[in-house]
Amino acid sequence: MYLRNALCAAMALTLAAGGAAQAESITIATVNNGDMIRMQGLTEDFTAKTGHTVEWVTLEENVLRQRVTTDISTNGGQFDIMTIGMYETPIWGKNGWLVPLDDLSADYDVADILPAMSGGLSYEGTLYAAPFYGESSMVMYRTDLMEKAGLSMPEAPTWEFIREAAAAMTDRDNDINGICLRGKAGWGEGGAFITAMSNSFGARWFDESWKPTFDSEAWANTLNFYKGMMDESGPAGYATNGFNENLSLFQQGKCGMWIDATVAASFVTNPNDSTVADSVGFALAPDNGLGKRSNWLWAWALAIPAGTQKEAAAKEFIEWATSKSYIELVAAKEGWANVPPGARTSLYENPDYLAVPFAKMTLESILSADPNNPTVDPVPYVGIQFAAIPEFAGIATDVSQEFSAAYAGQQTVEEALEKAQAIATDAMEAAGY
Amino acid sequence: MARAVTSRRKTINTALAWGVGLIIFFPILWTILTSFKTEGDAIAYPPKFLFFDWTLENYSVVQERSDYMRYLWNSVIIAGGSTLLGIIIAVPAAWSMAFVPSKRTKDILMWMLSTKMLPAVGVLYPIYLMFIKLGLLDTRIGLVIVLMLINLPIIVWMLYTYFKEIPGEILEAARMDGATLKEEILHVLTPMAVPGIASTILLNVILAWNEAFWTLNLTAAKAGPLTAFIASYSSPEGLFYAKLSAASTMAIAPILILGWFSQKQLVRGLTFGAVK
Amino acid sequence: MATKASRSAARIMMAPAVILLLGWMLVPLIMTLWFSFRTYLPLRGGDLGFAGIDNYIRFVTSSAFWPAVVATMTIVVGALLITVVFGVLLALLLDQPMWGQGIVRILVIAPFFVMPTVSGLVWKNMFLDSVNGLFSHVFKFFGATPVEWMIDKPFFSIILIVSWQWLPFATLILLTAIQSLDSEQLEAAEMDGAPPLKRFWFITIPHLSRAITVVLLIETIFLLSIFAEIFVTTAGAFGTKTLTYLIFQRVLESQNVGLGSAGGVYAIVLANIVAFFLMRIVGKNLDA
Repeated sequence: MYLRNALCAAMALTLAAGGAAQAESITIATVNNGDMIRMQGLTEDFTAKTGHTVEWVTLEENVLRQRVTTDISTNGGQFDIMTIGMYETPIWGKNGWLVPLDDLSADYDVADILPAMSGGLSYEGTLYAAPFYGESSMVMYRTDLMEKAGLSMPEAPTWEFIREAAAAMTDRDNDINGICLRGKAGWGEGGAFITAMSNSFGARWFDESWKPTFDSEAWANTLNFYKGMMDESGPAGYATNGFNENLSLFQQGKCGMWIDATVAASFVTNPNDSTVADSVGFALAPDNGLGKRSNWLWAWALAIPAGTQKEAAAKEFIEWATSKSYIELVAAKEGWANVPPGARTSLYENPDYLAVPFAKMTLESILSADPNNPTVDPVPYVGIQFAAIPEFAGIATDVSQEFSAAYAGQQTVEEALEKAQAIATDAMEAAGY
Repeated sequence: MARAVTSRRKTINTALAWGVGLIIFFPILWTILTSFKTEGDAIAYPPKFLFFDWTLENYSVVQERSDYMRYLWNSVIIAGGSTLLGIIIAVPAAWSMAFVPSKRTKDILMWMLSTKMLPAVGVLYPIYLMFIKLGLLDTRIGLVIVLMLINLPIIVWMLYTYFKEIPGEILEAARMDGATLKEEILHVLTPMAVPGIASTILLNVILAWNEAFWTLNLTAAKAGPLTAFIASYSSPEGLFYAKLSAASTMAIAPILILGWFSQKQLVRGLTFGAVK
Repeated sequence: MATKASRSAARIMMAPAVILLLGWMLVPLIMTLWFSFRTYLPLRGGDLGFAGIDNYIRFVTSSAFWPAVVATMTIVVGALLITVVFGVLLALLLDQPMWGQGIVRILVIAPFFVMPTVSGLVWKNMFLDSVNGLFSHVFKFFGATPVEWMIDKPFFSIILIVSWQWLPFATLILLTAIQSLDSEQLEAAEMDGAPPLKRFWFITIPHLSRAITVVLLIETIFLLSIFAEIFVTTAGAFGTKTLTYLIFQRVLESQNVGLGSAGGVYAIVLANIVAFFLMRIVGKNLDA
């Protein structure tokens, strides 16, 4: 007993002297998605375990993005942890703006992170951000409406089937749209969807010499197919619908099918929020027989900006929030359906979790996404629904605005693609490609 | 007021004015009502006006997620501080422009106003870099300074117009009596200008309270005011109208109440020299 | 009249305000000018050297530039027209004797206290949403097809939101002006048998001209830089990209600070052109 006390005292002394592990207050910038709000609510557990306290800056996605980008590129040092995605991580990692996460504890089990996720969150083999949750995209459909239409959803549908099924399920008098898809401008909204979809049509953003290819037939096919299908069977005003708008439409029973992020599955099957919770089925995102499906890959991940004074405490937080035990903590409190999905292999080996209806399809969708070879024809970039170059976000936002205007019927698909080509060419020239 | 008014005309006026007033106020009323609904009721069709299950749940969810009082306090400090600082700097300037005008007075005034036209986002990076150097990021003092500078032209101009309405003879008389400059300002001018200064303060508190670019981009965890509070509720996943309404009501309630209590003051003073 | 001493005292008193504003204007302006001649790409490592006038050329020749100028003007002019016209009418109405004038006035000025972000969000989601918005509920009730406000009437929607926010301001100033109108003059005109419309046109409006110019000036200053209302509603889609929004996109979305800074310089020039004409009109009116 005595010895232990003495040891403790000695340790406390060294710690105080070295200033290594005293209780710190770390500032975390995060996005206001459901899983992050839950994490915020569980902060006490982290504080109890480590003594560190956390200050949260929770912002809407677009505001968050501009906020953290400004801060990190000017070395502002306002945050000890930033919530970023697969798009930012390799670019920032390359710039040396992030602390490499190559010395996480053995307990944490880095090897357990799904390879697709750690791959997308690394630059040249070094992990720069730990996935909090990961997602792909898949088809969510109403089993009751599908049955009523006399169809059955294959596990891996084609676009042709989706279009037919959408038309068959549409019942405008009863406010049911066969299919709801994102059409909202913004690279992370409609831009992400149409880019992932174009991959299955054989299109690509840039060819091997970084020339934009919106003048290709594949792009015209993609947009014409999308617009044709949505005009037939989509909801009114789909050109302004993003993830959120479609989620609320689906939850209100106004969509037959919805192709979107796999994380949406837990929302649409949650009886508290969703009127259709018990009649939702899942399938892989459609393809076109060209060898690429139209699902994307994304992770919201936690990263530490280089230059923070509180690197050690920040690492402790990341190890806590993206650990196996955090998943168990959420499962114990809120049930398995609400744990952050898509980040760890072990989660998909857990029989409790596999009982959740969307678990298997989520994993399959994630596994079938390959950010290193996203397209039918070869491309010089990494990323499925984006190209991981700094210029992409700006170009894709402009381009997706042109697309949205085409969806809304304010210009033709040809005009939109022509403008997209001009915008992208100009921006790529400006960037010196 | 010798105009005879028939009661019929008064009735029509009343009905018309109340109708218009309610239409203009309706979005705010609707927001407040929605904040007491469940998320399901918030989007119900047909819309529910008063007959729904009133609930305080949204408020408790919002309060649980974010410490409202801290944001509120930051807003009070930033809006109040920037306005006071602005007044202190602007009163002497406006005084001298009003009572010792030179040929360039008007040009200086107009130039001051034109500084307000600089698009904020264009200078975000320069200001951000400057704030890092000065250690002002995420501090209330930093925001007090920026908002003071943003609103200073308006303050100077408003005060100038009030001071100009004060007859110069009174000051001459005071000067004859041997009043010093300081006494002149403190004892003669200020009392006469109180209504003008009050409405200037009010208008600037409102403008500072509602400023949403700098307050969002120059703060992190510590100094964020209510505009930052709103940014965490603006478009989350799932149904959010009721929670957004609750957060919105919480963000605008203080300033709305302040505005209502002082509306007479505001109405009297908000002339910008438009009335002679 | 003014003595030499009081002149120099005046200069000293003006100094803090002038110096501060000069600093606030010059420091960012010089930095903006500096950046606008550089290739400054934060995501590619920051300042990559002198760019000549490339940024300036690129910003104006971009297909988004002129539409953005037009969009800016549309929103500013639209909101000015609506707030001034309805402001005059509303001020006339509020000036009439009625019951509960104080409360009506409170109702009318309330929107002015609402944060732009909040009013943008509330209008977009709770009123103009094509599925769950109140407007579409009303349309459905009358059996009409709900309008896709943000798609088909994006300018109308934004001008509506902005006007709602600024109408109280215009009304307040115009009301104060109307209240100061010499009622004897109006009565005399009434005695002479001048019809109401004529009285309004020849007596009230000229009397209000000063107040109207003040409203125009102050509102233009604020409207030229509206941002939050667009950011939370259309995010620049469907042709509603204003110059301010375009600069925002260049600086924060494309992360091209050099290009954005060049845009900022254009915006300053544009604002000063507008300001020059406005000041001419206002200055004349305020002197009179």
